[in-house]
Amino acid sequence: MMHAVWLIPALPLAGFLILLATGRKLGDPKAGYLATAMMVGSFIVAVGVFFDLMGMPGEERRFEQDLFSWMAVGGLDVHVGFLVDPLSVTMALFVTGVGALIHLYSVGYMHGDERYPTFFVYLNLFAFSMLMLVLADSFLLTFLGWEGVGACSYFLISFWFERPTAATAGKKAFVVNRVGDFGFMLAMFLIFATFGSLNYVPVLEEAGTLAKGTASAIALLLFVGAVGKSAQLPLYVWLPDAMEGPTPVSALIHAATMVTAGVFLMVRVNPILDMAPGVLTIIATIGCLTAFFAATIACAQNDIKKVLAYSTVSQLGYMFLAVGSGAYIAAIFHMVTHAFFKALLFLGAGSVIHGMHDEQDMKRMGALRKWMPITSGTFIVGWLAIAGVPPFSGFWSKDDILLGAWEKNRLLWLIGLITALMTAYYMSRQVFLVFYGGERWKKADSRTPAEAHGEPDHEPAATVGAAGDHGAHGDFKPHESPGTMAAPLVVLAALAAVAGILKSPLEHWLEPVLAHPHHFTSPSGTKLGLILVTTVAALAGVGIAYLIWMRRRVKEGAVEPEVLRRAWYVDELYQKVVEAPARAFANFSAFFVDAKVIDGTVNGVGALVRAGGSRLRTVQSGFVRNYALAVAVGAVAILAYAVARSA
Amino acid sequence: MSVPGAWYLGLAAMLFTIGGVGLLVRRNVLIMFMCIELMLNAVNLTFVTFARMLNDIGGQVVVFFVLVVAAAEVVVGLAIIVSIFRRRTEATADDISLLKG
Repeated sequence: MMHAVWLIPALPLAGFLILLATGRKLGDPKAGYLATAMMVGSFIVAVGVFFDLMGMPGEERRFEQDLFSWMAVGGLDVHVGFLVDPLSVTMALFVTGVGALIHLYSVGYMHGDERYPTFFVYLNLFAFSMLMLVLADSFLLTFLGWEGVGACSYFLISFWFERPTAATAGKKAFVVNRVGDFGFMLAMFLIFATFGSLNYVPVLEEAGTLAKGTASAIALLLFVGAVGKSAQLPLYVWLPDAMEGPTPVSALIHAATMVTAGVFLMVRVNPILDMAPGVLTIIATIGCLTAFFAATIACAQNDIKKVLAYSTVSQLGYMFLAVGSGAYIAAIFHMVTHAFFKALLFLGAGSVIHGMHDEQDMKRMGALRKWMPITSGTFIVGWLAIAGVPPFSGFWSKDDILLGAWEKNRLLWLIGLITALMTAYYMSRQVFLVFYGGERWKKADSRTPAEAHGEPDHEPAATVGAAGDHGAHGDFKPHESPGTMAAPLVVLAALAAVAGILKSPLEHWLEPVLAHPHHFTSPSGTKLGLILVTTVAALAGVGIAYLIWMRRRVKEGAVEPEVLRRAWYVDELYQKVVEAPARAFANFSAFFVDAKVIDGTVNGVGALVRAGGSRLRTVQSGFVRNYALAVAVGAVAILAYAVARSA
Repeated sequence: MSVPGAWYLGLAAMLFTIGGVGLLVRRNVLIMFMCIELMLNAVNLTFVTFARMLNDIGGQVVVFFVLVVAAAEVVVGLAIIVSIFRRRTEATADDISLLKG
């Protein structure tokens, strides 16, 4: 199976091409099933490759497949090839696995949409790009996938481009990502200048010889790329807006796969990071602050998907905290468990939105567990997993990260711990609002529209595809989603529940990838204490949420301050700091530089010639005698000159 | 005994000046034309004089060229004057200033 590794990205690519050509003819739902089949095939190949790799002795688990020369320019000869090692196979496995489930879910979710086949065209193209990203054997090929997933993200966020908010969100994601991509490109230039190669194997093997300055520069630039793609401070702003896309997109791209690309890249280049301890501290700090910052915002959002979006930003922050602490395996472990439970939560949210006829405001839901047993059951598993309640998967991975943070810096650990508490709180708040309490949607249409839409920044509920009866809140009942949507939920719930057992296998499995495997050095007493503290924090978060949102001990407004609801006014800040000066500069360029300076120069040349001409024309009097006189004077002048010279 | 060359040159200069001044002060096209001829012939006289004084045949050769060019110029010039007279009874140069800028 090892030599079939090229099939892993090739199958989604084939699906993309077939659907591009015949998608319209296949239509709904055949196009979706074809795309799903491609992903399942890809997953099967990935499993085969995984077992082949398992069969190799521990330290030799690496396989390089060189397909063809992509471009050869001077000293740069880039081949398309794959690097199969425990890290890339782990990534490929969960990208194809979770991807296949989300494809299947989309078959049901997108049913009835006008551009149903197009959706799967993008989805398969995305899967292809993502797999190129993780399996590539060189920075440049990874960058190809990196840009590919960025483009697909843009297509899919603005999939319902009829809605201006969706179109804007797509553009925002694209533009913000470009900032990070720029860092990635500069890093590649620097790597090529230093090593004369862009292939992972030679570069990472020689990373130990790097000077500290060069290593720090490369690491920092790559981290800038990761910050853009993985939505960290200060470039996270695109991710919450990306929720304008269809929910499976949010689950696949903006929770499970694409946004983890930054973490993957950081782990991939761990030998370079190890040479730059200063950068590691920066990464840990940014990750930790992002985790905390996003969690505070998530506590006050009312849109069911926005909560999950900020939660994703926060969890990605945890992963970077782990990377910065040197606990790379913990980062990957959390990435895997997060892929399971966050995909589950997003798909569950999509199921709720679907069942509620495109309602996204949690304040207008409630008591849905009676109407949607499968969705609520699986969602609750996801909730316990992300909240870090033992023995669900999130508990194990978050615990590893906090242990790593404890050994790195106590302050980072404390912030991480508070974040864990907030994570448990906002997720519990979501579950209580959506699945418990009263059936608030019944009251919805008796309220005035202004009240119904709550705070001013709240987007009106999405008008999805062909679902026509939006707004008729009085006389409808929420319904459970069809089988194609429920089945992935159940599978993901099972994975989210038990993925904690992957902890120690994953540690042995990923060890060969790391230049300096990190071992937790704390005594087991400390470890146990930390586990206890983390668990108490998680349960405390759940408890606080219970008191506020089930028992209603506190007024809603008190725990949802405006500043958090508006996400710390970061968008407004960016508008002031980035957009306003850019707009002013554009205005200056358009209405001063262009209109006055450039047009002025062109018009000035014309006016000068015209004015000179109108002066000179008076010389041309039309009288022959004047011309004769001029000739005579000229002749005299020439003669005078000749005489003067000869004298 | 022969006339000294300087006299010829003086005569040529006088003729040239008469022609030049006439060209500048007179308004009748025909007269102006005659003045140009006068100037040309003054120059011819100079050439011939120098040819004799310097014993160089080149000066006389140039005169032939001048005569040929002058003949051509006369033809064109008279044709223009004739067509002017067809359109108007008088031929005053200042009236014909259509090309004024």
